[in-house]
Amino acid sequence: MNEVKGMSRKVALEGSHAVSEAVRMADVDVVAAYPITPQTHIVERIAEMVANGELDAEFICVESEHSAMSAVVGAAACGARVFTCTAGQGLELMHEVLFVPSAMRLPVVAAIANRALSAPLNVWGDHSDAMAVRDCGWIQMFAENAQQAFDLMLCAYRVAERPDVLLPAMVHLDGFHVSHVVEPVLLPEEGAVREFLPPSEYPFPLDPDRPVSMGCYGPPYIYTEVKKAQEVAIENAYEKILETFKEFKEVFGREYRPVETYRAEGADILLLMMGSYSETAALAVDALREHGESVGLVKLRLWRPFPFEEVCRALRGVEVVCVFERALSFGMGGPLCSEVRAALYHLPEGKRPKVVSFVGGLGGRDVRAEEFENVLRRTKERVSSGELEGFEFVGLRE
Amino acid sequence: MAVRFENEIPAEEYFAPGHRACMGCGEALAVRLVCKALGKDVIIVTATGCVEIISSALPWTSWRVPWIHTLFENVGAVVSGIESAYKALLRKGRKKLEPGRRIKVVGFAGDGGTADIGLQALSGAMERGHDFLYVCFDNEAYMNTGIQRSGSTPYGAWTTTAPHGAKSIGQRTWKKNMPEIAVAHGIPYVATACPSYPYDLMRKVRKAVETQGPSYLHVLSPCCTGWRFEPKLTIKLGRLAVETGVFPLYEVENGVYKLSIDMDVESLKPVREYLMLQGRFRHLPESEIEKIQERVVSEYKKLRKKVRMSQED
Repeated sequence: MNEVKGMSRKVALEGSHAVSEAVRMADVDVVAAYPITPQTHIVERIAEMVANGELDAEFICVESEHSAMSAVVGAAACGARVFTCTAGQGLELMHEVLFVPSAMRLPVVAAIANRALSAPLNVWGDHSDAMAVRDCGWIQMFAENAQQAFDLMLCAYRVAERPDVLLPAMVHLDGFHVSHVVEPVLLPEEGAVREFLPPSEYPFPLDPDRPVSMGCYGPPYIYTEVKKAQEVAIENAYEKILETFKEFKEVFGREYRPVETYRAEGADILLLMMGSYSETAALAVDALREHGESVGLVKLRLWRPFPFEEVCRALRGVEVVCVFERALSFGMGGPLCSEVRAALYHLPEGKRPKVVSFVGGLGGRDVRAEEFENVLRRTKERVSSGELEGFEFVGLRE
Repeated sequence: MAVRFENEIPAEEYFAPGHRACMGCGEALAVRLVCKALGKDVIIVTATGCVEIISSALPWTSWRVPWIHTLFENVGAVVSGIESAYKALLRKGRKKLEPGRRIKVVGFAGDGGTADIGLQALSGAMERGHDFLYVCFDNEAYMNTGIQRSGSTPYGAWTTTAPHGAKSIGQRTWKKNMPEIAVAHGIPYVATACPSYPYDLMRKVRKAVETQGPSYLHVLSPCCTGWRFEPKLTIKLGRLAVETGVFPLYEVENGVYKLSIDMDVESLKPVREYLMLQGRFRHLPESEIEKIQERVVSEYKKLRKKVRMSQED
């Protein structure tokens, strides 16, 4: 392990509490949240920290998630460092508000303990909520474990608050599989975090000494230009995210990339996914490699802005890509797979992999390592029989 | 020696001229007066609606004080966030204010943004006790979208979604009593006001600003476009609303009610004088006007009773 100043102690932490720790170390000024499973542990711990004086913040117990997001938008507009978190239905109730900080360039940071959407009511994990908010203009990053949840929270603040970014960022951690699992987490020294995240300096805060008007309305003669500016902002944010990951590595020693791989070198088949199941899939890859299978794993860390180039670089020339995802766009298929197919479309013939789509792990359904071996078997069968269209459910009881 | 009047209205304009309100807009007048009373040490949060639309089309703004609009139904929540941010940033030394200086966070919304879609966020903000003033500019319907009924539309009024016809007299429900809902939250200051009484309106704004904690001001804002009256009658309509007892001016300070203009029931003008100047009520038969008259008198009596009883306590 590298000798880095940011590393001090290894502690056992629930994924949720790793996020709370990041919020504390980031010295957040305003937290607004509403209870919802499986996010609640995050704010419960933050409430304790505020009550004990470990975190000097205003904690607003709002009456809904819509108000949670609205309150942090207001606070961010004053130049405060803010935090909120939610899951599933809560993220959907926030949906309308999510478009506001991205268009108004307010660096709100949120953690999402990903959860399925009603109906039927289901409090367990999948990515339906994350997929439903993919067009809201936020930076979206996916963590696989508690350590990553902690690390990506720090990266989220650093990149969101950069004056040349000023965009909201979401850190996704899978409900229960990450939020409720206790894991060893390396917690850095607080001083190193404070240095990595100096107090936010929002350039145009609401301030009677320098009055600004925020959120003016945009008639047809100007709306398109405003949207163009927003698109440029998030496109430019990509490079800044790379820089932030690099700076994070320099301080804390752990490396993140928009697209990460595991035993992918020379593989004929690559599994591709986001979130905690990549850790399970890595076990399957190990077992399959033992049996001489040419298989590897690609993990998407950054979902928005979508890393087209890096996805192409990782998949170029591979024979088959098997996309596994925990969400479904009804009547269309897997949204992640759709994005991956679009990214690969322009690769030249011969370099463009065949893409096979699987949907599973919905509403908290477990997908074990053996299941990924089945997925690989089905991938081969589908490739040889030419069943490349559509998608297949994983672990469906018929 | 300069002569100053007790009720002098400041010359400073914080809501700049050149906005796009209709001619004769009671709401724009009310906003202008409220802003004069607020002064410069404020942050104003405005809901989607007439006020936002007339004052802020990019790249222009009518606001000479810090101002933010985000959505329709979340003013109470945005206000909460701003108030909390200032609290935290001042405490942590990241913002500094001269001794004695205080920044007031003020929410502006219409009756739809307050009594209907924004009620939850407002209720949450009042219940949590943030230090803010909320002003509801009540023009008694969704005027910005074209005169649709709201919970604040009075009984019998025509609107585009509650039209009168063979089977309808227009709005079938009585106006939601929003000030009373605010009072029920136990907040320190609630008042009603109207731009036809500018000194009274501004005095109440100043009182609300001085209040620590939530205060709620409900301002009747006559709307010539939606109520169907001549623009020159705006001030007169506001006066008649008060003089007929349709919209009594009162304050509730820490639970104690006080009438701002102390009229007894007998001295109220007939509601007909108020109703018949407005196209939205012109279809009402005599029997409905009588029904409204009875209701106004009974509500006014109830209010006077609250004044009596709360002052006795």
